[in-house]
Amino acid sequence: MADAITVPSAAGGTAERRSYLNESRGLWSWLYTVDHKRIGVMYLWAVLSMFFLGGVFALLVRLELLTPKRTIMSAEQYNRAFTLHGAIMIFLFIIPSIPAALGNFVLPLMLGAKDVAFPRLNLASWYVYVLGSVFAVTAMITGGVDTGWTFYTPYSTTSASSVTTMTLAAFILGFSSIFTGVNFIATTHKLRAPGLTWYRMPLFVWGMYATSIIQILATPVLGITLLLIVMERVFSVGIFDARLGGDPVLFQHFFWFYSHPAVYIMILPGMAIISEIIPVFSRKTIFGYKAIAWSSVAIAFISFLVWGHHMFVSGQSRLAGAIFSFLTFLVAIPSAIKVFNWLTTMYKGSIEFKAPMMYAVMFLMLFGIGGLTGLFLGALATDVHLHDTYFVVAHFHYVMMGSTTIAFLGGLHYWWPKIFGRMYNEKLATVGAALVFVGFNATFLPQFVLGFRGMPRRYYNYLDQFQPLHAFSTFGSWILGLGLAVAALALVTSLRKKPDAPANPWGGRTLEWEASSPPITHNFEITPVVTHGPYDFYPEREH
Amino acid sequence: MNGIRSILLPVAGSEYARSHDTLLMFILALTVIFFSLIAVLSVTFVWRYRRSRNQGPTPHMTHNTALELTWSIIPGLILLVLFLWGLKGYIAAGVAPLDAMEIQVTGKKWLWAFEYPNGARTINEIHVPVGKPVKLVMTSEDVIHSFYIPTMRIKQDVLPGRYTELWFTPTKAGMHQAFCAEYCGKSHSDMLAKIWVDEEAAYQKWLEEGDEHTRTMPLKDLGRLIWENRGCSTCHSLDGTRGQGPSFKGIWGHAQKLADGKTVVVDANYIRESILMPQAKIVAGYEPIMPTFQGLLREREIQAVIEFIKSLQ
Amino acid sequence: MTPSTNTLDPHAHPHPTGLQHHFADMEQQADASKIGMWLFLVTEVLLFGGLFVGFALMQGRHHEAFLAAHHHLDRSLGILNTVVLLTSSWTMVMAVHSAQQGERKRLIVYLALTLVFACAFLGVKYLEYSHKFHEGLLPGKYYSHRGDTVPGQFMFFSFYFMMTGLHGLHIVAGMAAISWVLRRAMRGDFSGAYYTPVEIVGLYWHLVDMIWIYLFPLLYLIG
Repeated sequence: MADAITVPSAAGGTAERRSYLNESRGLWSWLYTVDHKRIGVMYLWAVLSMFFLGGVFALLVRLELLTPKRTIMSAEQYNRAFTLHGAIMIFLFIIPSIPAALGNFVLPLMLGAKDVAFPRLNLASWYVYVLGSVFAVTAMITGGVDTGWTFYTPYSTTSASSVTTMTLAAFILGFSSIFTGVNFIATTHKLRAPGLTWYRMPLFVWGMYATSIIQILATPVLGITLLLIVMERVFSVGIFDARLGGDPVLFQHFFWFYSHPAVYIMILPGMAIISEIIPVFSRKTIFGYKAIAWSSVAIAFISFLVWGHHMFVSGQSRLAGAIFSFLTFLVAIPSAIKVFNWLTTMYKGSIEFKAPMMYAVMFLMLFGIGGLTGLFLGALATDVHLHDTYFVVAHFHYVMMGSTTIAFLGGLHYWWPKIFGRMYNEKLATVGAALVFVGFNATFLPQFVLGFRGMPRRYYNYLDQFQPLHAFSTFGSWILGLGLAVAALALVTSLRKKPDAPANPWGGRTLEWEASSPPITHNFEITPVVTHGPYDFYPEREH
Repeated sequence: MNGIRSILLPVAGSEYARSHDTLLMFILALTVIFFSLIAVLSVTFVWRYRRSRNQGPTPHMTHNTALELTWSIIPGLILLVLFLWGLKGYIAAGVAPLDAMEIQVTGKKWLWAFEYPNGARTINEIHVPVGKPVKLVMTSEDVIHSFYIPTMRIKQDVLPGRYTELWFTPTKAGMHQAFCAEYCGKSHSDMLAKIWVDEEAAYQKWLEEGDEHTRTMPLKDLGRLIWENRGCSTCHSLDGTRGQGPSFKGIWGHAQKLADGKTVVVDANYIRESILMPQAKIVAGYEPIMPTFQGLLREREIQAVIEFIKSLQ
Repeated sequence: MTPSTNTLDPHAHPHPTGLQHHFADMEQQADASKIGMWLFLVTEVLLFGGLFVGFALMQGRHHEAFLAAHHHLDRSLGILNTVVLLTSSWTMVMAVHSAQQGERKRLIVYLALTLVFACAFLGVKYLEYSHKFHEGLLPGKYYSHRGDTVPGQFMFFSFYFMMTGLHGLHIVAGMAAISWVLRRAMRGDFSGAYYTPVEIVGLYWHLVDMIWIYLFPLLYLIG
């Protein structure tokens, strides 16, 4: 049944195709669904809404920074704006985005399964996410939070803002993340189709599996850390309070023990998507499959050993600093290996430069910058200068936005026909991608220079000498916003069309392309049997 | 290279800063090289191997152990170099010379309070001589702050309940800006300090005459400030209350009974003597416990105290 | 064709009792459920782990205070609770065994007994807590005990209440889960071929017991 290339069916279709989208109708059929695809779609709209909200805060922050002193808001408002931007983007957008919105949809299909292992737990995770966002929005409207998304003590335990509500929001959201991780691991172990051995699995699944390991091991530590903040605020338990014999730096250890692995919860799924797009759009088998697969697992484990690199100037011992620096450089190696493998996959490929591939190439460059600028921060001496400056802000935006979000957009374009049965508008998508690339670099490249020159982060007022770079960055943010709007248009306008997407518009060889676009509720009429690898584009030759 | 350095980085305020910059530029070079590699390759491949030109079939390349080992080991070695080089600088920045002049620093929302070895205190600025090592011993009165001097390329968090240290030997005279670099609330971005690195002559002048504040503030007001900040207030009240030492209220021009039975009139000479040689004349009924302020108060500061006491009728 | 099978309605189409539609067979479903529960238990270990680490670090800092404070705990009640929980774990094991053997009545009895012991545990904890409240041995800023020769004992009680409180919440959650399984057992949902919910609730209960096994010596027996 699986050909190397699927001939597109006649454009459109007169009758609406039977699929998971229309097999049952009405709001309740969605709110009570246990279909992983519907849950994925509900997550998609939820995280995109949060991305929009976080983005609004970002534009407000950048607008304030257009001039050295007050532009449109007070210092207290600014401190809330950047805190909420960070908290929303991290907890409500990036961490769930790829796993819960795309992973939920695609993973079971890729495994040839009918659903995830625990469909009801899946639905529960969505409701928990919604509950967490309600708490977060409540925190926003009851005075906001002004601690920075990192909640450092003693400031967070003494601030008058809605810290307790927001930390409870993050605590609740953590469960959503854990449930997703538990589901993916169990599904990967138990629900693979016949013939789908571990080394025949798409690399996207390996990436999601490694991500799930981190979600399970790291999130509970954040949970207890957040509870401890609440306990400090309500009972003054004393663990982080120097006046009571506690240690404020201990909070940082607890917090980063989760939050460093968390950034790998963010990047591994992005890398996983790139590992899918590049071979398909180069119509060439992935170079170094096992290296990429095991790199993901290696990154997952090493990620737990480097948290102290956020704390080189925190007062922790120099010896601890040295150990963390060494381990931080270690974790760079598997990431570098992946980049070289992806490039080698493209070498002598047959490349179709459509929107998903545009985003993948953007990822290579932006992740390149993001990862390389991490070297400045992993090296102890240079980190002392650059810590808590705009250099760090630029670095993490290159990896979180320039890499993960770009990969998310790439994946969204890639799987859009599968999810909604419609081809997005390629021209608009191209314009959107180009604007995003230009806008993103215009916004964040100057911030590296700001950091080199000593501009600290989380600053409402700044010295006049920094204005030209800040202004440039603000203009860049407008281009970026515009680009994202165009990209959204390219995708969303397709929903007005009748379903016109073939089952396999890109010629992929992974199982999701054997289901119809969009799939029926059960995913497959009959359970597929796998006889080839995920990136075997020339079956006559490969076997 | 120097041109790029001067655009990207602030002036180097110390030898350490200079050596730090060498490492930074090295990492920058690596970044530029590897990024260019990625960008050039990916763009070239997209163009050269585009599907309209290269229908396929594509070659079946699954792995190449030699190549993969090479591009794992060589970067690994480069990273090892970065680690060791970064560690070297970090240790150098962490170990202050034994003869460094210590300045006590207290961070609190939202200002920096400095205290010199001789007891002199300043807010939000310090003067240090060029070429001599300075060690800042820092603590916070409330939340976590951080003291950051970009021109010296150094930074250290300032914690409540603990002391942390920072040291530097400035080589460039002029004003070096210091920032608070750990978010601490509403006026975090206003919590700045100025570090004036003075040539020897200018530094001596500052030591003797103080900063503009000390030099030009009206004597009476300066006197009150000194009473508040230099420890006088802990023993001498202004409202007549008896403390470890006699109250200053209304003593000017009046006779004081001394412990040895003699009497003295409170005038400028008496006050000056009491500040510099407090054991010379003890007021009756008090213990001889006042410490001397010899070397701790400048000439004008002593005059200020005199004028202040004079005003307390 | 068949009506939508992806809803929460368990009677949508015929299957062996309890087999969910996306699983190939009962064995696959049971294995998956167990993997899921073990993974969840790992998260619980890490959750409590954070508190254990915090306790250890603060105890290291305030050794005398913690030593003095722990004398206020009633060792015999602690031992009693340990015995109670261990026994409840045993009744849980027996419940799972009964389910495996298809012995419905015994399953119900053992589940009920487990609940009884859990209640006993909570009852003893209630006694301990009310004694502490009476003495002013409260967490953090509410600590009002008089006559301490060693200062700083409030920190110990901060941890005591956080750790036993969180553990107590888990006991309550476990009781809810056991009650649910008990109800299903009374309804006749389980057989020798299908008793996975009993097994996984059992696993959870054993973890809750295990956490107490670590808590007890740490809090009651230090020094």
